Amino acid sequence: MSAPLSHYLILSALLFSIGFAGAVARRSAIIVLIGIELMLNAANLNFIAFWRYGPHPEALTGVMFVLFSIAIAAAEAAVGLALVIAIYRQRKTIQVDRLDSLKG
Amino acid sequence: MPGEIAFYLIAVFTVAFAAAAMTLRRLVHCALCAAAAFAGLAMIYLQLDAEFVGFAQLLVYVGAIAILIVFAVLLTRGDEVAPGNKQSSPSWMAGAAVAALVLAAMAVAILHSPSLHRLAPSGAEAPVRRIGGELMTRYILPLEMIGVLLTGALLGAVVIAMRDEPETKQPARDVAPKPAEPLEALNSR
Amino acid sequence: MKYPVQYLWLIPALPLLMAGLGALLKRDQRRLAASLAIGGVAVSWLLSSVAFFTNLSAHPFRQTWSFNWFDLADTTVPLGWVLDPLTAIMLMMVGLLALLIFIYSLGYMAHDWNFTRFFCFMSLFAAAMLGIVIANSLLLLFICWELVGLSSYLLIGFWYEKPAAAAAAKKAFITTRIGDIALLLGMLWLYSQSGTLLFYDHGHGCLEQSSLARLAAATTVGGMALSTAIALLIFAGAVGKSGQVPLHVWLPDAMEGPTPVSALIHAATMVAAGVFLVARAYPLMSAGPHPAALQVITWVGAITAVFAAAIAVAQNDIKRIIAYSTISQLGYMMMGLGVGGVAVGMFHLITHAFFKSLLFLGAGSVIHGCHGEQDIRKMGGLRKLMPWTFATYAVGMMALCGVPLFFSGFWSKDDILRAAWAWPVSTVPFCLGAAGAFLTAFYMTRQASLVFLGKPVDAASPAHESPPVMTIPLAILAVFAVLVGFLGTPAWPWFHSYLNGESASLEPAALIAGPQLALLLLSTVVVGAAFFLGWRIYGKAALQSSREIDPMQKSLPGLFGLLQNKLFIDEIYAATFLRLNAAFARFADWMDRVIWGGAVNALSALTVLCSRLNRSFDDSGINAGFDLGCAELRGAGGFLSWMQNGRVQRYLRIAGLGLGLLLLALIWGCK
Repeated sequence: MSAPLSHYLILSALLFSIGFAGAVARRSAIIVLIGIELMLNAANLNFIAFWRYGPHPEALTGVMFVLFSIAIAAAEAAVGLALVIAIYRQRKTIQVDRLDSLKG
Repeated sequence: MPGEIAFYLIAVFTVAFAAAAMTLRRLVHCALCAAAAFAGLAMIYLQLDAEFVGFAQLLVYVGAIAILIVFAVLLTRGDEVAPGNKQSSPSWMAGAAVAALVLAAMAVAILHSPSLHRLAPSGAEAPVRRIGGELMTRYILPLEMIGVLLTGALLGAVVIAMRDEPETKQPARDVAPKPAEPLEALNSR
Repeated sequence: MKYPVQYLWLIPALPLLMAGLGALLKRDQRRLAASLAIGGVAVSWLLSSVAFFTNLSAHPFRQTWSFNWFDLADTTVPLGWVLDPLTAIMLMMVGLLALLIFIYSLGYMAHDWNFTRFFCFMSLFAAAMLGIVIANSLLLLFICWELVGLSSYLLIGFWYEKPAAAAAAKKAFITTRIGDIALLLGMLWLYSQSGTLLFYDHGHGCLEQSSLARLAAATTVGGMALSTAIALLIFAGAVGKSGQVPLHVWLPDAMEGPTPVSALIHAATMVAAGVFLVARAYPLMSAGPHPAALQVITWVGAITAVFAAAIAVAQNDIKRIIAYSTISQLGYMMMGLGVGGVAVGMFHLITHAFFKSLLFLGAGSVIHGCHGEQDIRKMGGLRKLMPWTFATYAVGMMALCGVPLFFSGFWSKDDILRAAWAWPVSTVPFCLGAAGAFLTAFYMTRQASLVFLGKPVDAASPAHESPPVMTIPLAILAVFAVLVGFLGTPAWPWFHSYLNGESASLEPAALIAGPQLALLLLSTVVVGAAFFLGWRIYGKAALQSSREIDPMQKSLPGLFGLLQNKLFIDEIYAATFLRLNAAFARFADWMDRVIWGGAVNALSALTVLCSRLNRSFDDSGINAGFDLGCAELRGAGGFLSWMQNGRVQRYLRIAGLGLGLLLLALIWGCK
């Protein structure tokens, strides 16, 4: 017996919103990156849930997707954090509202 | 029944830690709460019979990415310590509102779809052998591409974060993480 | 030798070529200009002589040659030339006179600045006149007719700096133009009715039997025969060119030109062209059972003869007297054509050409000798000072007056009077002709007495005889003035037979046959009486000084004054036609300035208005709209760029907002 699919999806949506809220409402660039990781994770959860509850779980499609997603998220986190460090070195700040030199 | 209760408990746990990760003041606490949230998710994966993914999640996210974030926090310490520094963005309410809108939209979508209220069929399994076999046959191309991507990301991160004096390097690895090198550059700016 | 007809065009072409070459010469290339002109005319005259001798023995006596000038859709316009006795005689006369007068001009125009231009124009004139003479097509004749008018204009106004000369040239051209319009109308009518403008075309020409029969049979406006109407129009052209009343007013004024011009053009050739035209078109004029055209011609001629002779009595300018004399003699020629036919008129034309040009050249010699003086009251006693001039002038005068037996004018005038006497319609022309003969002798006596007899009026600057280059042509002309007469006496009417295509026989008895003797005696008496009267008034008591009043003026002041003022014809014309013309010209100017000009201005104002409207619409409408659009765009861009504050979180928020809205839209769309 397990929960219906919609509960997993609600959970995923919740996590996604929390991650999104943090990404857009906090000042520190690192918090933004954490928020993004949370969003990615929420998406992964969605895939696994659909894989599990879907019509053809033997195709392993969801699992594959999530594996690759995790790998990519890792790469992206590495590069993103390297960027943060570089910016910190240059500007002495990682507060995103001060990093507006691309202002139109 | 036990599956459901487990799920709900882990869900609450995960959501709480995620919320904490987004709202705590000190960045290290945020990082650690985020790690906990990742761990919670790993457990949900396990509960969903995706064992390999759950362990992969633990290894990569908790074991590497979270540590990475902690390293980054530690390396950019100077900015945060200044007193009187607000931690929220000046217009954080607008952002929160947008997030709420997104949540509302998704919730409405999910709750209004009758096909999503189904129950799990039985007998879904993802044996590692089969995962390996799929990776090597059907998903061989994405696998290779991921290899290239990770190589590129590795090189890129090194190049971006590199200083004139070759000092701290933040290597990114995939499934088998190594502990980072000693933190010499803690005081360096 | 034989002169082939198709090369007849060389005769006018040669002087035309010389005129063209002469136009290219510079002002100081005088000898070249004179040699070109004289050479051209001389060779042309030689060719004319050959043509004349060819025609003397030619059978048939008329040869033509025509070619197609151009094609107009389905009709062709032919031109051509004809060699018949009329042509041959005219060629000889025109060529010889042109040659003699050109040589005379060498002396007369020797001091003139525009010597070269003179010979160029004279060659042009000679070419055009010869063209009229050889023309077989009324179109070609008309073209050369106009060219002759043009040369006359150019030569009358030769000294164009003199306002009087310029005005006289204009008057000549415009007055003859009136006649030319009538000629053109006649030509067009003839073409439309007969289908051809060729005179003789192997039976198809417009002067040949079939065409004439048709024209004479048809009737037109006023019940006139068609041939009469066309003939009258053609005669109207001759009226202008030959100075018949009422279009005679240009001829006296044409004396403003140099005297050789007066001699060649206004005595012998151009004014004779009108007579020639009537002679050429004589078959048309005399077509039908009752040729009314000939009657009109006769009356006009007779009236002109007396009219001009009367005016000549009271003139004081030596050339003007001779000019009016020319008008009078032209009247005689027309009268002769009307009553007696081609031969009668043409005989007087030929004799007149010789003695009138002789008189003009003599007058030129007198003027040259008196250093430019032209008023006869200021001359006198030139008999002793200019003997050659006096002798030749006397011959010419006697020929003009018609002194019996030895002088050509007598025989030709006698022909005319004899034909007028025998005219079935009326004898009034005969009386007019006789009166004209009396007046002619009278005014010539007056002129000769005042010029040559008595004592010199102004003894200050004595006159001198002219150089041989001027007196030798005078002598030659004097000889011809005598000899030509013998070609047409009734005893041996060679001239008349030649023109009619018959052969002449020597019949001395014809001299005294029938009314011939009576007429001979009558004309002798008339001339003698006039001589006597003139001698009585002017000869014995020649004017002692130029301030003395003319005796006739003393005795008949009213009549004399009227005649001296040319019967005020010029003034009448000025008050009527010229004023009308001026009024019409003013009206046309008003129309042009106000109506047509106004219309054009209105159109242009409309265009300017349209363009202004366009521009203002462009400025305020399009430009402003465009500017507004661009400003709006910029504003929007400014707003968007304000939105781009460089902060990532704002972008993320917007992305999230978009995501949310899309989801909601999807949900509602799927519901």
